[in-house]
Amino acid sequence: MRHTISVLVENKFGVLSRVSGLFSGRGYNIESLSVDETIDPQLSVMTIVTSGDDQIIEQITKQLNKLIDVIKVVDLTEVDHVEREMILVKITPKQQDKAEALRLVDIFRGRVVDSSPRTYTFEITGDEKKIAAFVELIKPFGIKEFVRTGKIAMAREGVKKS
Amino acid sequence: MRMSGAEILIESLKKEGVKHIFGYPGGVVLNIFDLLYENEDFQVILTRHEQGAVHAADGYARSTGKPGVALVTSGPGATNTVTGIATAYMDSVPLVVLTGQVSTDLIGNDAFQEADIVGITRPCTKHNYLVKDVKDLARTIREAFYIATTGRPGPVLIDIPKDVTVNKATFKWPEQVSLRSYNPTYEGNKWMIKQAARTIQKAKKAVIIAGGGVILSNAARELKELIEFAEVPVTMTLMGLGDFPGAHELSLGMLGMHGTYYANKAIQESDLIVAVGIRFDDRVTGRVKDFAPHAKIIHIDIDPTSIRKNVRVDIPIVGDAKRILKVLLSILKEEGKSQWEPVRKSWLKQIELWKKEHPLSYAYSDTIIKPQYVVEQLYELTKGNAIISTEVGQNQMWAAQFYKYDKPRTLLTSGGLGTMGYGFPAAMGAQVAHPGMTIIDIAGDGSIQMNIQELATCVLYKLPVKVAILNNQYLGMVRQWQELFYGERYSCSHLDTVPDFVKVAEGYGAVGLRAVKPSEVVPVIKAALKIKDKPVFMDFVVDWKEKVFPMVPAGAAIDEMMLGEEAEEKKKKKLRAVK
Repeated sequence: MRHTISVLVENKFGVLSRVSGLFSGRGYNIESLSVDETIDPQLSVMTIVTSGDDQIIEQITKQLNKLIDVIKVVDLTEVDHVEREMILVKITPKQQDKAEALRLVDIFRGRVVDSSPRTYTFEITGDEKKIAAFVELIKPFGIKEFVRTGKIAMAREGVKKS
Repeated sequence: MRMSGAEILIESLKKEGVKHIFGYPGGVVLNIFDLLYENEDFQVILTRHEQGAVHAADGYARSTGKPGVALVTSGPGATNTVTGIATAYMDSVPLVVLTGQVSTDLIGNDAFQEADIVGITRPCTKHNYLVKDVKDLARTIREAFYIATTGRPGPVLIDIPKDVTVNKATFKWPEQVSLRSYNPTYEGNKWMIKQAARTIQKAKKAVIIAGGGVILSNAARELKELIEFAEVPVTMTLMGLGDFPGAHELSLGMLGMHGTYYANKAIQESDLIVAVGIRFDDRVTGRVKDFAPHAKIIHIDIDPTSIRKNVRVDIPIVGDAKRILKVLLSILKEEGKSQWEPVRKSWLKQIELWKKEHPLSYAYSDTIIKPQYVVEQLYELTKGNAIISTEVGQNQMWAAQFYKYDKPRTLLTSGGLGTMGYGFPAAMGAQVAHPGMTIIDIAGDGSIQMNIQELATCVLYKLPVKVAILNNQYLGMVRQWQELFYGERYSCSHLDTVPDFVKVAEGYGAVGLRAVKPSEVVPVIKAALKIKDKPVFMDFVVDWKEKVFPMVPAGAAIDEMMLGEEAEEKKKKKLRAVK
């Protein structure tokens, strides 16, 4: 099963490599990883999406906790939480398809962040399902370039998953 | 007061109470070594290889419980420490390894003798540091010792660039260490301990497995009290030998791949396992899904990742073994023992039967030296009053089976990583810490050649380490596997040319002794034990066909043991007699 794990770490050099090294060294998967400094510049948050059975996920959280620079590990899958990710996608639509592409972005509440005579670049944010749905629909227009941020996530306030 | 980085380092080590440093100099650490010249506060032991330095610091740490310190240069000096660090990491040994690094302005430029040792050792240290600013040096050293020695101990490496040893800062020693991200759990959960006590009271066929964690938490006394009060037999992992007197009637010796018949049998038949300070290594469990099929498992360990990593656990208790055993014992004592006495008796009787059925044994010969005989005689002649180190392979297993360890910290062996070449430098480190004590490395002719250069160190510092070489001209354990599982195809396990160890010893200025016949074994050991100012090599020319039994083949359950021909023969005879 897939798990989204939020890891609060000391914002020091080498911490990312300690975390990624832990995953590669023990044969765990990283499906997505995003990391940046928090409001407190001494801290960073990593959001890691990984998969495995209960025993593996238990080991992953324990092993992360064992790293000296890791302050807190929360498996968000166990609580109600919000997930977001952003993509940038550059498409090369045919002249007659341009209006349709723009309409699609509109439906998904995306934005056009760059355009050229032959391309559009869209920005879309959302959860995994929304992104997947958008990608499916935009594919026929001809994708030239595609990048995604990886997931970030946060627990909802005061709600426990039933 | 403003001091150079090198001065701060020396001051910090003094503050940490360091007395011995195992090291090897080189370009970028010259400022530090310069301060060690004619320094009265430390004894610097100049080894002949950086690997030897780290293993020596490791042997020093294991035999004393104090952190071992090694100091080496950058590049190859640093990379040579890796095997030693990984060895200590696997066996939870507190070390602080100081490596020099090229100057900060050269880092990343592929400078002469540059290696990213922090990157290289990241997965085999408990933590590591690159100190880029001299202002951070004292705090970093304080933290390193703190991390190395608390919680589950382990090696910590500090990489110090050359310019940091020169740059000046005010020396400020932090009296307290507080790391918001590092808070080991010491007190076990009370409710869990109560559950454990209740389960122990109900058990009819309980076994305790004691591991290296008992030694690390100095819990041998509490363990012994628990064993004797609850009348529960105990088996030990390789790292746990010494937790409990090996000759005691409740001791089942070692379990696992080369464990005793009765220990493995007891585990498989038990209805409760109390595991203390162990991590259920594959050499202990055999095929995991068939490990202790009828038993509930109580697992006490300070490292949460050890729990449920390899085996299912019914009652996990995270914390310090000593404190948890104390609480557990007090609860059990409150309840009194009368209720379980009759049921325990029949279980102990069963175990006695297994002990009689297949004791640890070998076929003595009066024409050829059996390696087990050598180990047995070492025990007899030292009366167990020695520190034993081992190399890895058959020598290690015979040392585990035929020497009885009565006290913690009397066996130094590379259990987790299985490092050949560990035993001799580790013995050397232990001898530095215990000058008057008998220290014996039980070695093979293969392993001893992996760090044989440390003979020079032992001669130089008059360290009378004894090395018992069980010389069979083979990499014996490899040979044993090839004989049993690879159709006797002895690929690369015959060493063919083995040096004349007596001459090698003499060449270094040490003493070399040799025994070829069984009758020469005791005189050689006696002669070696008398030597107090020089290292001794005892070259025992042993039966190369000898194998370590019992043996659980890799991937088998631990009661699927091969017991050796003699044992098999006896079994057949007995069956015939029964008919």
